[in-house]
Amino acid sequence: MINKVVAGPDVAIADIFDGATLMLGGFGLSGIPENLIEALLKKGTKDLTCISNNAGVDDFGIGLLLKTRQVKKMISSYVGENAEFERQLLSGELEVDLIPQGTLAERVRAGGAGIPAFFTPAGYGTEIAEGKEAREFDGKMYLLESWLRADFSFVKAWKGDTSGNLIFKGTARNFNPMMAAAGKITIAEVEELVEVGELDPNQIHTPGIYVQRIFQGKDYEKRIEQRTVRKA
Amino acid sequence: MLDKFGIAKRIAREVQDGMYVNLGIGIPTLVANYIPEGMNVVLQSENGLLGIGPFPFEEDVDADLINAGKQTVTMVAGSSLFSSAESFAMIRGGHVHLTILGAMEVSENGDIANWKIPGKMVKGMGGAMDLVASADNIIVAMQHCSKDGKSKLLKQCSLPITGIKCVKKIVSDMAVLDVIPGVGFKLLERAPGISVQEIINATEGTLIVEGEIPEMSI
Repeated sequence: MINKVVAGPDVAIADIFDGATLMLGGFGLSGIPENLIEALLKKGTKDLTCISNNAGVDDFGIGLLLKTRQVKKMISSYVGENAEFERQLLSGELEVDLIPQGTLAERVRAGGAGIPAFFTPAGYGTEIAEGKEAREFDGKMYLLESWLRADFSFVKAWKGDTSGNLIFKGTARNFNPMMAAAGKITIAEVEELVEVGELDPNQIHTPGIYVQRIFQGKDYEKRIEQRTVRKA
Repeated sequence: MLDKFGIAKRIAREVQDGMYVNLGIGIPTLVANYIPEGMNVVLQSENGLLGIGPFPFEEDVDADLINAGKQTVTMVAGSSLFSSAESFAMIRGGHVHLTILGAMEVSENGDIANWKIPGKMVKGMGGAMDLVASADNIIVAMQHCSKDGKSKLLKQCSLPITGIKCVKKIVSDMAVLDVIPGVGFKLLERAPGISVQEIINATEGTLIVEGEIPEMSI
């Protein structure tokens, strides 16, 4: 098996460049590539176009990269939890493309699967349909949407092996598998890195073919946005 | 007039045994609390979970297990987990039977506005546009009027819309109504203590009132 292990996040992103298009897995703060975001912050790469369902919070996740002005454009479905984001958006420093969540997921999936465009009903008749081709199938209207691909994809998994096979946990899977496939260079950070043969092939969510580099992350904070509990 | 718990209770009566249901953020989330025990209903969370359980006990909180509102949750027995692409495939593919969500405005032909107020910070539509464009059955939980008394059940939405001709039923703080395309809002039930005349006054769009309108039982 091909060994894709790199020493850590700094080495993994050594060739990322200003102006790169970057996909980052995660839903809210769940399943985000914490170590890679930290490394990007240190490296200071700028003018990034970030494709991610959300934009983090002020002091965590992609919010950290917004604070340092490393992001030129966000492509997301929901960005509500971030005051710095709002400030930059209103002042025109940041470009934002808001996309329905299912359309975003499918555009990324299409990018990884080599499908340049597809029709979806989401947004037909709304302002996001402006400028898009609409077509009727079996009496219902659909919009033409195109694929999304990236120079780099940053994904986070629960377990991975040295050849890049990945297993996710809980709802931390979200956008990670599609983004792994849609990146020219996909870097996976995992909580637990094991030797090939240790993961059950029946349980692999993302086959290693999609992953170019992998390392075991550390110091996962896994911050929770809305801690809701019931009384014992 | 119903409070948010009353609206949630009334909507829960629309849920049927064997349904897969997606609940939006806010009042719709509360509906889960009023689904009768013994009824087999599976709740879908669009971030990749079928089978949402109750909130966890403090010691069971797991950052890797949240709902679409980013709240920590648990899973019921028989749950399944999947990616966001799979999640919206089941939504678009018509496999989720019922979607319950909030609205700022609904028009008499079933258009819904719930994602954007011009001049205010735009947070994004999240999964709302996919859900309303896909589900066969959409029930809206909403206030009948704004705080300054303006109707939110309109001839045409004034806010940017999320989807067209999609809302099938509305449960507001004042009434239960069907939305019949090309006809208007058909009044089915009154909230306790609310008269038909008050509902007529509070509804800008075409309102159909036929025969005696019963008070809802919740």
